[in-house]
Amino acid sequence: MLDVKDAAFSYNKNGCIFEDISFSVKAGDVLCILGSNGSGKTTLIRCICNLLKLQSGSVSIGERNIKYFGERDLARYISYIPQMHNPTFPYSVLDVVLMGRTPYLNPFSAPSKRDIAIAKSAIDSVGVNHLIDKPYTEISGGERQLVLFARALAQQPKILLLDEPTSHLDFGNQVRVLKIIKKLADTGLSIVMTSHFPDHAFIASNMTAIMKDGRFIDIGNPDDVVTEKNLKKIYAIDVKIVQVSNGKNNEIKVCVPIIDQ
Amino acid sequence: MIGRYPISPIEVITVILSKILPIECDNIAETVIFQIRIPRIIAAMLVGAGLSISGASFQGLFKNPLVSPDILGVSAGASLGASIAILLSLNLFYIQIFALLFGLTAVAITYFVSRLVKSSSNLVLVLSGMAVGSLFSALTSFTKYVADPYEKLPAIVFWLMGSLSSVSNKDLLVVIFPMLVSIMILLLIRWKINVISIGDEEARSLGLNTKKFTTLMIICCTILTASAVCISGIIGWVGLVIPHIGRMIVGPDHRKLLPATLSLGASYLLLVDNFARALTTVEIPLGILTAIMGAPFFIYLLKKSKIGWS
Repeated sequence: MLDVKDAAFSYNKNGCIFEDISFSVKAGDVLCILGSNGSGKTTLIRCICNLLKLQSGSVSIGERNIKYFGERDLARYISYIPQMHNPTFPYSVLDVVLMGRTPYLNPFSAPSKRDIAIAKSAIDSVGVNHLIDKPYTEISGGERQLVLFARALAQQPKILLLDEPTSHLDFGNQVRVLKIIKKLADTGLSIVMTSHFPDHAFIASNMTAIMKDGRFIDIGNPDDVVTEKNLKKIYAIDVKIVQVSNGKNNEIKVCVPIIDQ
Repeated sequence: MIGRYPISPIEVITVILSKILPIECDNIAETVIFQIRIPRIIAAMLVGAGLSISGASFQGLFKNPLVSPDILGVSAGASLGASIAILLSLNLFYIQIFALLFGLTAVAITYFVSRLVKSSSNLVLVLSGMAVGSLFSALTSFTKYVADPYEKLPAIVFWLMGSLSSVSNKDLLVVIFPMLVSIMILLLIRWKINVISIGDEEARSLGLNTKKFTTLMIICCTILTASAVCISGIIGWVGLVIPHIGRMIVGPDHRKLLPATLSLGASYLLLVDNFARALTTVEIPLGILTAIMGAPFFIYLLKKSKIGWS
């Protein structure tokens, strides 16, 4: 579905933000990119949805390079949920989700009844029906993240790009968001997300990339890639990875930082 | 009822009907109504509507409720144009043409200056607008400085205060079509103003061609503001405050906000213009009244209700 080949990007000639990035994501895959602050994760995500132009290499959807897509065209394939932002105007939740229908509207048209129905079912599928008429500025951070998911779904994309979808959220909301990510992947959506929590790679992804100084130093199944050694490389701390039973004959892995007393 | 030449409402109706029905009417009243009052009423409504809708659109585009329609330098440019025309002893027609051309030029300069900076951020546009605006304002001050203090300086100062007293049918014919077309376009794209108001990048990722869209909005708003300024002079405050009043009434959704500001702006300026010409024996410049009446009302609304942005 999504193929990234030899991608490189830099803002100016001297400093390279990332280079030599290649991966591909199939329908139903969840790729989780782990890396320290400033390792180039966000920039990579922004390049994939063409907000920034790659310096070299390519991003293609179904063999077609994204630089040949128009904005509207691309937005029907990719939706992007940026990190938290503070909107200026207090639009209602429904109005915010309706914005997801933009790629399907003609230049001079406004959303139709059908668009409103699609937006409402998107709101329903992330379980925030009760917020539908609330001003977007007056709901909590966790609720906002869910609303942005609904907006992304209203876009009816094939690929979902998430930039730190769980940051700024409380523990419960983090898990709720991860559940939604898994659910969406089960419907055949390809998902690329960045995260600061290696645990989330175990919970939600079937593919994990370790990014350090603008390169993928490892990519593959989370069990093989999220290792004590790799985590030490990117975060420069000691981490112990342990298995715990979830009580249903399933083992899940968790990362525990080791602090010397 | 309002105005120097008293005509009763029945007379007004008779005169208007005489255009389609064979009724006898007073010739002077006919001239007053068709040559002076109707053009002035239409001009007041057009200017009010135009300034308000472009204010609302710009506030959405720049994601900033403090933005007014002259943020990109159109009023500063128009002021310079008018001042130069007055300085050159040109007649009213040329004053308006100069105001229009200089207003458009100022915005064009702002736009191209902002394109020099390698950034898609609308903040650059606002900053370039401020720079170009203050440059043109300085040049306007210079024209005032060199103007003849007994004849031309008062003319410049009076023009800058804004007035609709000299609007004629001919002036209206020049501006009415571009203004109506711009208003129509803004109304047609009003839902997408919601989308661009959440931020340039997000709007792009939602499939909006923000570069084209921004340019289209700037062109429409500039035509509206420049046309308004060229027939009425500088009328501040309307384009800033009417959108806020609109938001207090119908909420932030531009689908409702734009039509609301349109009618609020038209009614407001018509009302204020009636005061301007009838309150005292001498006409009060419109720009002074819009602020004197608007500011306290706005403060009252701020205190009373939700402001519609955060």
